[in-house]
Amino acid sequence: MNVWEQTWAWFGEPDRWSWTNSTGIPYRTLQHLGFSALSLVVAVVLTIPPALWLAHYRRGAFLASTVVNLGRAIPSFGLIILFWFLASRWELNTSFWPLLIALVALALPPMFTNTYAGVVSVDRGAVDAARGTGHTETQIMLRIELPLALPVILAGARVAFLQLVATVAIGAIVNDGGGLGRYIVDGFAQGAGGYGEILGGGLAVVVLALLCEGAFSLITRFALPRGLSPATRSRALVSR
Amino acid sequence: MLAESNRPIFEWRWVERNAHNIVQRLGEHLSLTASALAIGLAVSIGLAVLSLRWRWFYSFAIAGTGVLYVIPSLGAFALLVPFFGLSFTTAVIPLATYTLLILLRNIVTGIEQVPGEVREAAVGMGFTRLRLLLTVELPLALPVVIAGLRVAAVTTIGLVTVTSMLGMGGLGYFIRQGIQTTTPNPTAIIVGIVLSIALAVLVDFLLWLSERALAPWARKVRA
Repeated sequence: MNVWEQTWAWFGEPDRWSWTNSTGIPYRTLQHLGFSALSLVVAVVLTIPPALWLAHYRRGAFLASTVVNLGRAIPSFGLIILFWFLASRWELNTSFWPLLIALVALALPPMFTNTYAGVVSVDRGAVDAARGTGHTETQIMLRIELPLALPVILAGARVAFLQLVATVAIGAIVNDGGGLGRYIVDGFAQGAGGYGEILGGGLAVVVLALLCEGAFSLITRFALPRGLSPATRSRALVSR
Repeated sequence: MLAESNRPIFEWRWVERNAHNIVQRLGEHLSLTASALAIGLAVSIGLAVLSLRWRWFYSFAIAGTGVLYVIPSLGAFALLVPFFGLSFTTAVIPLATYTLLILLRNIVTGIEQVPGEVREAAVGMGFTRLRLLLTVELPLALPVVIAGLRVAAVTTIGLVTVTSMLGMGGLGYFIRQGIQTTTPNPTAIIVGIVLSIALAVLVDFLLWLSERALAPWARKVRA
């Protein structure tokens, strides 16, 4: 059997399309998406309030640029293994928390910097007008700066989410879950006999990532406030 | 489940005993990074030249490199392993394709912001198209290109650690090794992570220095 026949056979195995059995691609896809989405939500909750506040008062600009540079330099692969190790040493449930913490840590830098940059880029005139019409500082943050910064924040969420989808797959080396990455890691363990599983799993991960990217550009299109100028809108739709 | 682990968090002894190995993996890390960046730069310069000539090609190239950028690293390795095995080639191709989007975009942006008068002056002096590109446009675009190169280099250095799944990994080898023995070795994990970050910061700094040396007229360009 050549590689393609092996892969075809792998796709045709019993339970491969099951939603409930852990060998099923749909089951693994949901697991993969669930983990990525959960991490993104946690990162959003953790970053948006402080970034909004800091940017509103123009504090911590240095922090914002340092965080993104450092975030890029930290190898995600290392974080996963480090947290897994710490969890096993402290005898925590090693299949869930280490991966979640590593993933959230990865999503923090793009979310934080984009929120910060988005708020800072809001037109000062709009903020002053709001202040002049009696908005409190909290109202300005929530009703003016947050919606106007939304395109940039969503661009950050998109970058973060794609990174999460890629990293969940890597998580399969330490985790019972790992979503679709499970197939690839299991396939690697089998050597040449696992090529069908490796290729099948690889295709599944790639298709999932491309679908997520497509979904995100749709979400961005619909989530933008209607009041934004066409130029801002189009900038938001193409930025990455 | 793993056996009980009581090794201390950090053992200098391990570092001393493995010094030779560490240097060797550091070299592997550098050679993977350098190969990926060199290939990425060569391909994106080619794409940039075509993009500057035909506008439609630019949107096409950005969309194409964008798709490559979205592909998860593990997925890309998985698609290549059945054809190239656990090899340097399998590791370098995805590492190189991830740099294309940022490099292409920065090269084109950099060249486009060259002032029209400068270009006209060069054409008026009888510069050929190629000479214009190599001696006028590229040098003037250098700060923006290097800004892209810095992001690409730092990202690549982090991604190289993932190639430890293919039996390579540079410093990622130690990260992987840390959990492969029956008693996990935290020293190996920490050495792998810390050196990888240090390498990224160092390369970023060196590229920043080279930008200041090569393009002293442009002091303020951001990635």
